[in-house]
Amino acid sequence: MTDSTAGPQPGDNEPTGDLFSDLSAHASGAGDEPAETRHRVIGTPPPAEARSLLKTPPPGAPGGPPVPRQRELPADPDDPVSAKRAERVVVACFLIATLAGLGFIAAYLIFQVHSVTNVLHSNLALGSTMGLAFLALAVGAVIWVRRLMPTVELTELRKPEGAEASQFTKRPMVRRALIAATVPVALAPIVLLRDLGPLPGTKLDHTVWRKGMRLLNYGANTPIRPADFSSPGGMITVVPDGFQDDFNALAKAAVIIIKFAPNVIEFSARPEPGKVVQNWTVDNIVAYSKICTHVGCPAALYEHTTHHILCPCHQSTFDAARGAQVIFGPATRALPQLPMTVDAQGYLVARHDFIEPVGPSFWERGPS
Amino acid sequence: MAIDKALAGTGSWLDERFHGAKGFRTFFRKIFPDHWTFMLGEIALYSFVILLLTGTFLALFFQPSMTEMVYHGSYVKLDGVHMSKAYASTLNISFDVRGGLLMRQIHHWAANLFVAAILVHMLRIFFTGAYRKPREVNWLIGIVLFTLALLEGLFGYSLPDDLLSGAGLRITQGVLQSIPVVGTYLSFFLFGGEYPGNDIIPRMYILHVLLIPGLFAALIGAHLFIMFHQKHTQMPGKGRTNKNVVGAPMYPYFMAKTGAFFLFVFAACALAATFAQINPIWIYGPYNPLAISAGSQPDFYMGFLEGSLRIMPAWQWVIFGHTFAFNVFIPALLPLGLIMTGAAFWPFIEQWITGDKREHHLNDRPRNAPARTAVGMAAVSFYGVLWLEGANDVIAQHFDIALYTVTEIARVAVFAVPILAYIITKRICLGLQRKDLHLLEHGVETGIIRQLPNGEFIEETRPLGEDEVAKLALPQPERLPLPVGVSGGEDDVPPPGMRGSIGRVRARLNRIVTETVPMNGHGANGHGNGHGPDGQGAVSSGDQAHAAIGSSGREAGGDSTGGDGSPTS
Repeated sequence: MTDSTAGPQPGDNEPTGDLFSDLSAHASGAGDEPAETRHRVIGTPPPAEARSLLKTPPPGAPGGPPVPRQRELPADPDDPVSAKRAERVVVACFLIATLAGLGFIAAYLIFQVHSVTNVLHSNLALGSTMGLAFLALAVGAVIWVRRLMPTVELTELRKPEGAEASQFTKRPMVRRALIAATVPVALAPIVLLRDLGPLPGTKLDHTVWRKGMRLLNYGANTPIRPADFSSPGGMITVVPDGFQDDFNALAKAAVIIIKFAPNVIEFSARPEPGKVVQNWTVDNIVAYSKICTHVGCPAALYEHTTHHILCPCHQSTFDAARGAQVIFGPATRALPQLPMTVDAQGYLVARHDFIEPVGPSFWERGPS
Repeated sequence: MAIDKALAGTGSWLDERFHGAKGFRTFFRKIFPDHWTFMLGEIALYSFVILLLTGTFLALFFQPSMTEMVYHGSYVKLDGVHMSKAYASTLNISFDVRGGLLMRQIHHWAANLFVAAILVHMLRIFFTGAYRKPREVNWLIGIVLFTLALLEGLFGYSLPDDLLSGAGLRITQGVLQSIPVVGTYLSFFLFGGEYPGNDIIPRMYILHVLLIPGLFAALIGAHLFIMFHQKHTQMPGKGRTNKNVVGAPMYPYFMAKTGAFFLFVFAACALAATFAQINPIWIYGPYNPLAISAGSQPDFYMGFLEGSLRIMPAWQWVIFGHTFAFNVFIPALLPLGLIMTGAAFWPFIEQWITGDKREHHLNDRPRNAPARTAVGMAAVSFYGVLWLEGANDVIAQHFDIALYTVTEIARVAVFAVPILAYIITKRICLGLQRKDLHLLEHGVETGIIRQLPNGEFIEETRPLGEDEVAKLALPQPERLPLPVGVSGGEDDVPPPGMRGSIGRVRARLNRIVTETVPMNGHGANGHGNGHGPDGQGAVSSGDQAHAAIGSSGREAGGDSTGGDGSPTS
């Protein structure tokens, strides 16, 4: 394969030239106008085949291709001395590629995986041999083209476009009937997709939270007493008891609870007055939906000095001390508040479900 | 060795087998003009091939399933963690299949390269005017391919079901749900119910590995076939006209070059995958709707959509009990719609404005179409502002700017920067045209000062070479006067196409779009200093040059494009 005779050699040229039988070097042909049919210029396909989709005279027939002029590509590189040097470089490149290819196979056999360190080494070995192999082949090929092949520039003529054979433009009835037919035919596969999923119904309006359902500390999955908060500050992610592993439920029902210092929470500033009249907090602990009302990312960052809840996706910012109303960013609505109380054992529980849909807006959501 | 002998005489070997096969001969002698920007599309094509190869390997091991399982594999840090089979099998590909990580990373790098190459390729086509008649259809196919590439990429990087891509998927769902009237239904049908459901990974998988690649193959095939049939455009240069193609033949030059180029692209992806980690999903962890990491960023090509979501003010209306979530669906659809629809309609808008319905095979240098270049730069800067805003948290952190300030700045910049870009670009283009004109008129300054016998000092100039003249003296984008009288006196009765308010808009746009440096002959500038004997030589060194800066741009255009005679239809 690495035989140096692989390049274009004088001896090879005769048959190769046949492929280019009617090409001519640039200088002579550039300005020639194709004076109708007979006068073939450089590399143009027979005029007949170019002009019409309907009738293509067979080669040799009147109007077909003329007898090719025997023109050949230049046989030898421009500078034989530098070509000899380049030849050696090309061979060297291909030898490197050979070795790198063998190296890749060797690396595959030598380097095992199954641990982070092993994978690191295996990846380095496999990747660098593979990269080197391709790179060496590429460099060799480029040098081959640029230094070994003679420089050549050829010109061929363009032909004007246009075939009216389809009659598409000429027969409006056919055209319009076709366009009309595409509508139902294109609708059919869309109709077919109906059973991909259930209809939304009112599913987006509720979550799994129910009266008396305990709030579990997510991860530990333990119920929470108000007394467990030693001091105001942090934010805890909580999940409804019984659904701690149910992503489909949690994607809507995830809740954050925040413990405030006394007299920090401002209930009156709730953006939807009249909706939230009850004091749903317990011992200055307030619970909000964790699902951002913008596009549904978990609003997971909390800055306890400013009481800001920040959604890291698009930076919607909510003021936790004032009903989680939006103070910056693209979200339009406050995070819904989960009504909360304590049960007989003193654990935090939900009073009932959210009174409005959680998460991103949707068409049927309505004004609530 | 028989193989070697056969290959050594490839030409004869092929010829002996396909002798006289006309298709082959046409194919082999196809002329490919050369310009470095012509390789951009090739990068996209070869990235696609690499994606097919590596993707097939990955599909042999990947399990597109959302079934929950507990992981006990080689990556001990996640031992005992609940995760989907999709995520677990991605871990297995990374840690338990030899070469698996390499293939994953090559696949991901190639995907980024694919979209990037398409993007830059489209810019090249736009700025050189290569989309003009008769290539509008290929331009439209390109836009569809670009859109599909975004979708394919989004689906692809969501498949491992990791925490980072899960956030992206959640955002996608939120956006889908916000679409008026049909949004909720679309979301339920795509996800098989409420988010996240158990269907989305297998559904995206089949779209990612079958449907979209199939569309790609068909459209790329059509793209290449049309290009092949219409022949390449070429950049202006000596001997290149609107009626010919100058370059090297397909065989052996282009085949060898492009083959080498494929290897380069593959090598680049392989080396990137070896030395630059990408998408380390084991660090992100499995998807969990309750968790998110700060600084989450999508792949670069989704960045402008992310930025446009971040930039949008909180607008929402409730009308007749229905929610219009402008804050979500406007930023999700408008920028993409503006850029894609604008790009799709541009060739036809330009045709309407300029009245130029002739075929164009000779590309413009961007400076010679100042308005088009300026519009392109405005679009690029619009995209750029959104893209940067997509990383506003990262920018805020690295440059120590308040997060909200970054967004506020971007809200202004998204309108201001494109306008500025338009104005500045247009001025730069006109300035470059003046420079070209100067070169044509006066030649290249040599720095030599000569004293004439009468004591006058003149500056020596070197006339431009033939190649340079051919490049510079190319006609301005041939200005076709609209079917008018546009510039005529007020007494003229405007032709039908130019009447009424639309006609006036058209005339006004025409003036803006065709604004170029007036080439009113070489004496126009009036400073005769350069017009010593040498200076004159420079001007008349090529008839083409002379013609192009002659009094009528239109005639000049006709001259040096070889009398573009295709009738307007």
